[in-house]
Amino acid sequence: MRVLVIEDDQETASFLKRALKEAGHVAEYAGDGQAGLDLAKANAYDVLIVDRMLPKCDGLTVIQSLRKDDIKTPALILSALGEVDDRVKGLRAGGDDYLTKPYAFSELLARIEALARRPSPEEGSTRFIVGDLVLDRLSHKVTRGGEAIMLQPREFRLLEYLMKHAEKVVTRTMLLENVWDYHFDPQTNVIDVHISRLRSKIDKNFGIPLLHTVRGAGYTIRDSAH
Amino acid sequence: MTALTKLFRTTTFRLSLTYLALFSAAAILVIFYIYWNTTVLLSQQLNQTIDAELTGLAEQYKAGGLDQLVRTVAARSQTPGSSLYLVADKDGNSLAGNLTAVSPDLWNSLGPVEFAYRRPAPGGTERRLAFANVFRLPAGHRLIVGRDIEDRRDFARTIRRAMFWSLALLALVGLGGGFWVSRRLLARIDAVSDATRTIMAGDLTGRLPVSGSGDELDRLSESLNLMLARIEQLMAGLREVSDNIAHDLKTPLNRLRNRVEEALREPPSQPAYREALERTIEEADGLIKTFNALLSIARVEAGAAGENREQLDVSELVRDVADLYEPVAEERGIDLKSDVAPPLFIRADRQLLGQAIANLIDNAIKYGAADAARDNGAKPEVEVTVRDRNGTAEIIVTDRGPGVPEAERERVLNRFVRLEASRSEPGSGLGLSLVAAVARLHGGSLKLEDHAPGLRVVLALPIGDETHVNGTVAAVSPEQRSDTPDGVLRAHR
Repeated sequence: MRVLVIEDDQETASFLKRALKEAGHVAEYAGDGQAGLDLAKANAYDVLIVDRMLPKCDGLTVIQSLRKDDIKTPALILSALGEVDDRVKGLRAGGDDYLTKPYAFSELLARIEALARRPSPEEGSTRFIVGDLVLDRLSHKVTRGGEAIMLQPREFRLLEYLMKHAEKVVTRTMLLENVWDYHFDPQTNVIDVHISRLRSKIDKNFGIPLLHTVRGAGYTIRDSAH
Repeated sequence: MTALTKLFRTTTFRLSLTYLALFSAAAILVIFYIYWNTTVLLSQQLNQTIDAELTGLAEQYKAGGLDQLVRTVAARSQTPGSSLYLVADKDGNSLAGNLTAVSPDLWNSLGPVEFAYRRPAPGGTERRLAFANVFRLPAGHRLIVGRDIEDRRDFARTIRRAMFWSLALLALVGLGGGFWVSRRLLARIDAVSDATRTIMAGDLTGRLPVSGSGDELDRLSESLNLMLARIEQLMAGLREVSDNIAHDLKTPLNRLRNRVEEALREPPSQPAYREALERTIEEADGLIKTFNALLSIARVEAGAAGENREQLDVSELVRDVADLYEPVAEERGIDLKSDVAPPLFIRADRQLLGQAIANLIDNAIKYGAADAARDNGAKPEVEVTVRDRNGTAEIIVTDRGPGVPEAERERVLNRFVRLEASRSEPGSGLGLSLVAAVARLHGGSLKLEDHAPGLRVVLALPIGDETHVNGTVAAVSPEQRSDTPDGVLRAHR
C-alpha cells in the first residue's frame, strides 16, 4: 500500500515512515501543506495521512482542494483537536476518518488499512463470507456451516462491520464509532464484552475459531484455515 | 489632579453649571419684562394724571381767567401729595403753586419735561426728580403741572437691586447645590473606584459599596457585584482545577517515570524491558484519557462544545447506551433494567449527552457492584428510567450500591473527587464532573439522591419548543417550557 504522510513534525513523520514500512507499506512524506498537495495530485496513493495543522496550507484545505479536483484518495486526518465538533469539521472538509493525537500506532494502522480502497469483492456485495460463515445483508440471516445463528440487531451490525473488513484489524474505537456511532470513551471496555458474546455465538460450537483478538490492537475476523 | 479640579470635572457639576446659566438667563428675562412693563404703565399713568389736571385747570382759566386759576392752583397746592403746580408771570414770578426755584431751561421748554427741583425737607431742602408739562398762557404767563417721580425712581432702583440680589442668590444656591450634589456623587464614585482597585489588586472577595437607596448607582453596583461573584467563583474553580491537575496528573507521571528508571537500573533483560515498556504505555494511555476528559469538561464548561445540537429522542439514546452496557452489567452479575418512556425529543448534542448517560450507567455498574448490593440486602440491579416531568426530560439512573453520603453529594460533582470507598475501582473522578457540565451546557441540572439503599442520579434536561409524542408534533405551552431563568439558575451549582 502506498501511503503519503503530510506532517510538519520531522520526528513524527520519520516514525510513521519507519512504522509503516515495518507493516509492509510504502510511505512518502511531505513537510508542508503545499508540498503534500502537489505530491497527492501528481501520484496515485492508496491513502493519505494528513496532519490538521500544517505550514503554508492547513490539512483541511489540502483535502478540500484535492476533492475539488476530483481526487478521491481516502484521507485520514490527524489532529490534536479532539472534540466532536472538530471531527465533524474534518469529515465535512472531505476527510474519511479522523484520529486524535496522541494515538496508538496500531490504531492508525488499522484505520488506514480499513480506509484503503483495495479491490475487495466483498465491498458492496449483499453477502459476506468468511470460511463457512455467511452473512446475508438483505435477509439479515447468518449461517455457519449451513447452521442458522440467531443474532441481536446490534450483534448483527457488529459482525457485519467485522466481516466487511475481513482479514483486517478492527480496533475497539473503530467498532464503537462505526457500529454504535459513539465518539467518546466509554471508560469500561464494553466492546470486549460484546465481542465475547458474539464469539460465543459464532465460534463456540464450531471447530475453527474465526474471530481473533489481535493483542494491543483489536479484533479481526479471518478464515485461519487458509 | 486636585480634589477641586476633580470636582469641577464631574458630569454633575457641569450639568449644574449649565442649568444655572439657563435658569439665570430665564430669570433675567422675566424680571426685565416685568420691570419694562411696569415702567411703561407708570409713565402712561403719569401722563394721564398730568393731562387730566391740565384739562381741569384750563377749564378754570376759561371760566374765571387768571385769578381763578391762581386761586385753584393755590388751593390744590395745599393738599399734600406728589402733585406739583406753578403759575407764574412772564418774568418768572410765582403767582401761586408749590414749585419754587424753577430753572430757565424748564421755563422756556414746552410740553412734557423731566427736571430736578428742590423742596423743603426736615433740616433744609432736598433735591428730587419731577416730571411736568409746561403750558403757556396768554400774556406770557406759564402754567406748570407736574408730579414728583422720585418715588418711581426709587421703585426702579429697588427692582434693579432685587434683580441683582436674586440673581446673586440664584448663582450662589446653584453653585453650592451643584458643588454639594457633585461631591456626594463623587464620594460614591470614589468609593466604587477604591473598591475596584482593591479587587484588581487581587482581593476577589471585595464588593462594590451599595448605599441601599436603590438608585441607578446602586443598581449598577449590584450588577457589577453579581459579576464579581461569578468571577470569584470561576477563579476558585480554576484554582481548584490547577491544584487537581497538579495532583492527579503529576502522580501518574511520577509513577511512569519511576517505572522507567527502575527498568533502567535493573540488569538488562529483554522480557523485563518489554514489561516495563508495556506498563509505561498503559500508564501513558491512562494519562491521555484523563487529559482528554479534562479538556472535554473544560470545553463543555466554557460553552465551546456542543455546536452540533440536534433534535433527538432521549428515550432512544438511553436505550441505546443501556444496550451498550448491558453485557458488562451481566458479566458483573448486575441486572441492568431500562424503563424508557415513549419517544421524548430534546435538543442536544448526541455525543455529549451519550457520554453523560454512559458515564452515569458506567458509574452505577462500577459502584453499585453486586457485592455491595448484597451487603445492602438488595438485589443487585441498575435501573435506567426516562420520563417527562412537567416539560423536563429526566434521565434517572439508580443503583443498589453504597450510595453517596448526603454531605458529599455536592462535592463528588467536582473534578477528581473520588470517595474513599470507590478508590479500588479504576476511574479518574471526572465522570460526574462531565455529566454536570453537559447538564449545564444544555440548560439542565444534575442531582444526586438517596435510593435507600443505593444512589439515585437525576439528569434533568429541558424539553425544547416542540415535543414529539408518538411521532406527532405537539406545541408546548409556555408554562411547560423549562428554558426559564429558573431553569438556567438551577443549572449553576
